[in-house]
Amino acid sequence: MTDKTGRLFEGADWDFHTLQRIHDACEGVAKKELGLDVYPNQIEVITAEQMLDAYSSVGMPLFYKHWSFGKHFAFHEASYRKGLMGLAYEIVINSSPCISYLMEENTATMQTLVIAHAAFGHNHFFKNNYLFKQWTDADGILDYLDFAKNYVSQCEERYGRVEVERTLDAAHALMSHGIDRYPGKKKLDLRVEEKRAGRRRQHEEEVFNDLWRTVPKGATKSRSVLSIERRRKLLGLPQENLLYFLEKSAPRLAPWQRELLRIVRHIAQYFYPQSQTKVMNEGTATYVHYRIMSTLHKQGRITDGNFLEFLQSHTNVVFQPEFDDPRFSGFNPYALGFAMMQDIERIATNPEAEDREWFPDIAGKGDPMGVLRDVWANYRDESFIGQFLSPKLMRHLRMFHLHDDPEERAGIRVDAIHDERGFRRVRRELARQHDVGFIDANIEVVDVDLAGDRRLILHHHVIKGSQLNETDAKRVLQHLADLWTYDVSLIEVDANDKVLREYVVSPRPIPAAA
Amino acid sequence: MAHIVDRRLNPGGKSLENRQRFLRRAKSLVQGAVKKTSQERDIKDVLEGGEVTIPLDGMHEPRFRREGGTRDMVLPGNKKFIEGDYLQRSGQGSAKDSGPGEGDSEDAFRFVLSRDEFVDLFLDDLELPDLAKRKIAQTESEGIQRAGYTTSGSPANISVSRTVRLALARRIALRRPRKDEMDELEARIAECTDEDERAALVAELEKLKAKSKRIPFIDPIDIRYRRFETVPKPVAQAVMFCLMDVSGSMSEHMKDLAKRFYMLLYVFLKRRYKHVEIVFIRHTDRAEEVDEQTFFYSPASGGTLVSSALQAMHEIVRERFNPADWNIYAAQASDGDNSYSDGELAGMLLTEKILPVCQFFAYLEVGESGGSAFDLSDSSLWTLYDRLRNSGAPLSMRKVSERSEIFPVFHDLFQRREKQEKAAP
Repeated sequence: MTDKTGRLFEGADWDFHTLQRIHDACEGVAKKELGLDVYPNQIEVITAEQMLDAYSSVGMPLFYKHWSFGKHFAFHEASYRKGLMGLAYEIVINSSPCISYLMEENTATMQTLVIAHAAFGHNHFFKNNYLFKQWTDADGILDYLDFAKNYVSQCEERYGRVEVERTLDAAHALMSHGIDRYPGKKKLDLRVEEKRAGRRRQHEEEVFNDLWRTVPKGATKSRSVLSIERRRKLLGLPQENLLYFLEKSAPRLAPWQRELLRIVRHIAQYFYPQSQTKVMNEGTATYVHYRIMSTLHKQGRITDGNFLEFLQSHTNVVFQPEFDDPRFSGFNPYALGFAMMQDIERIATNPEAEDREWFPDIAGKGDPMGVLRDVWANYRDESFIGQFLSPKLMRHLRMFHLHDDPEERAGIRVDAIHDERGFRRVRRELARQHDVGFIDANIEVVDVDLAGDRRLILHHHVIKGSQLNETDAKRVLQHLADLWTYDVSLIEVDANDKVLREYVVSPRPIPAAA
Repeated sequence: MAHIVDRRLNPGGKSLENRQRFLRRAKSLVQGAVKKTSQERDIKDVLEGGEVTIPLDGMHEPRFRREGGTRDMVLPGNKKFIEGDYLQRSGQGSAKDSGPGEGDSEDAFRFVLSRDEFVDLFLDDLELPDLAKRKIAQTESEGIQRAGYTTSGSPANISVSRTVRLALARRIALRRPRKDEMDELEARIAECTDEDERAALVAELEKLKAKSKRIPFIDPIDIRYRRFETVPKPVAQAVMFCLMDVSGSMSEHMKDLAKRFYMLLYVFLKRRYKHVEIVFIRHTDRAEEVDEQTFFYSPASGGTLVSSALQAMHEIVRERFNPADWNIYAAQASDGDNSYSDGELAGMLLTEKILPVCQFFAYLEVGESGGSAFDLSDSSLWTLYDRLRNSGAPLSMRKVSERSEIFPVFHDLFQRREKQEKAAP
């Protein structure tokens, strides 16, 4: 496949044969040397405009239509045109085949980098990490998105754009609370999901008989008063997946509205693992591209000049500004992830006495790739940092922990630093910072007043005194109330069950009642 | 096995529909922003599209967000702190929020509108008055379009490719000997030593030559001509008359106001009609048709006779713009001076000759900046037109003295409304 010199390419230009050669070379390294296991690759070359399109539909190649995507598009386009924002070199989609979008203006070196990064690094992570295995269905996602797109447009035709838009607006507002956080239900199979929706609609149409409405009802059964426990059990409460709860229990939603909620919920669930594995995912991909590029260079298939070009973009990507640097905006997941992967490699091959004490399982084990593959498969950010952040790396990055209590007059306390006393505390705090359980507000449905005014009661369990932003909370609750169609109340309680604040929102009247 | 796909040629504009939805939803906000932007701009670039800023309020996508409370953060790059130190809250780097603050950066939202989007929104609630009148009367002109091939026609319309194709087919069907066939035969004759064989070959060559003469390379029956068909085409053309008083009393400022108004009108007509002509008529005490440069910039002096301009317009219409074929719009700008004796004639010309053929006639009275002139009594021309209007003539008239008033006045004139300034047929 390669030419006589064995080089994959010369200079910056590339064509589609070059891409194929690059891909094959990367594949060789990835499979033989790193032992990666990947979905088949599909590499697509796109323009800047198409990249902007992809940005606005959360990176997916197809999506249903909604104004908010148009808003994001307009926003990205404006900032791109003004030069405020560069575009990503690539976008990769967790699907099978794994689709990677490459920008046409990348140089040959950059194409090699992004193929190694996305088509092998991310791809391996998607296929092997337990969260992705558990929560996402890479085979079905594209078909499901296609189904969702068609379903939404059919609904628009049948029930009107305004109605559909209102339901989707509400569903989007609740999207971050439309996720099952705990496994237990069976894994989603999106293909089956799509067929099920079709069958249900068909069934409804077949059995629809307007006459039933005129059949006299029997005498109403005397309603036995349900005990609170029983009632909550029947409704599956407490329930933290608000969209699921509405889909199943909201009294006055039309079937198509429930289906829309279900679609939004499934998509939210699909993206859920990504938000929990930012550090690991990027760390893996960066580590993989670094290894592949180094190997290709060692084999003489990339020139020194091109390798230097690679190193420059690589160091830009893994740059971690310090906290007092104006460029600082939190930990860079690429930098932290890559540093930790390299650190694990070091511990496995060349440990110090300290590492043997901290990581008895992996220190000096040899086979760094085996250790890393195991880590990539079985951890998420929170547990990964909690287990594998080494004292050496903490010292190297000079990490310290600040505790900011508004009550404290003296200022912000330095709680722990990178010393013998602080290692474990710093590590625990950093792990918590990457735990979505702490990042997202903990809101759940606790009760419904079925016998009375059907008010829906939610609790927000306040952690560390951090309450909801009032304007946004009211707006989201308004959407929730519109779907529920009765009053909704949200109570913020602290750890001692003390009520901090209560919101009550009534549904807006539906302009054109169906 | 990897698939490598080139998506660059896929049709673009995938986000167009979402963008349209967004604009529709944000319409009132965007429209307000467009109006505001356009007031600050020069009229020349007013319709160039470009960036607008809208408040994000109605476009906000709410989420449950947490804020406040005690915060813990782990940061990199410790230089001098030890456990138990306290940092001052205000003004130190470490208090920087570690998460990107979304709330503040998004309360105003900037984005870029294309030229068409801009013009559409800019002129969205405006409407050309009295469009219905001419719609029925619109004549149809004839256009031509391609319609297949024909066996007869003018030589200019010969379709070479089609002709050659047919000729080739005919030659193959009739087995016309090909040139390389005969060349080969000749070569063999040249090499041939045996007399008998040579004679046979020569005979064969002669036969082929005769056959190729019988079957011509191109025969008249091969020739095809491109055929054209005439199709009726609705007329979509308008003429816009710009009448302006250029007597000494008109200052640069006043001319500038008029110019801006004409430009808006031009853009507006351009949006409706494929073809818009402009006729500039300037007048003092006599009128002349001039080009744009002269119209706006060349000095003139003299008295003021409005009727002269109206007469000129009437003649031009009669000569060049048949009202049945053209939608006629006229806008007159003046400071309002007119010689007293001219009123009668001008009024007559207007009501009897001009207004019946016009789609729309607007009178714009321009004043000095500051508007003090309008505190005085109405000008003679205004009084005249006002009287005509009250007696039912379809006249639109407004006064303008500031640049910023041009758009509102224009907007006011063309606003979609119930039949108000409409007159008898």
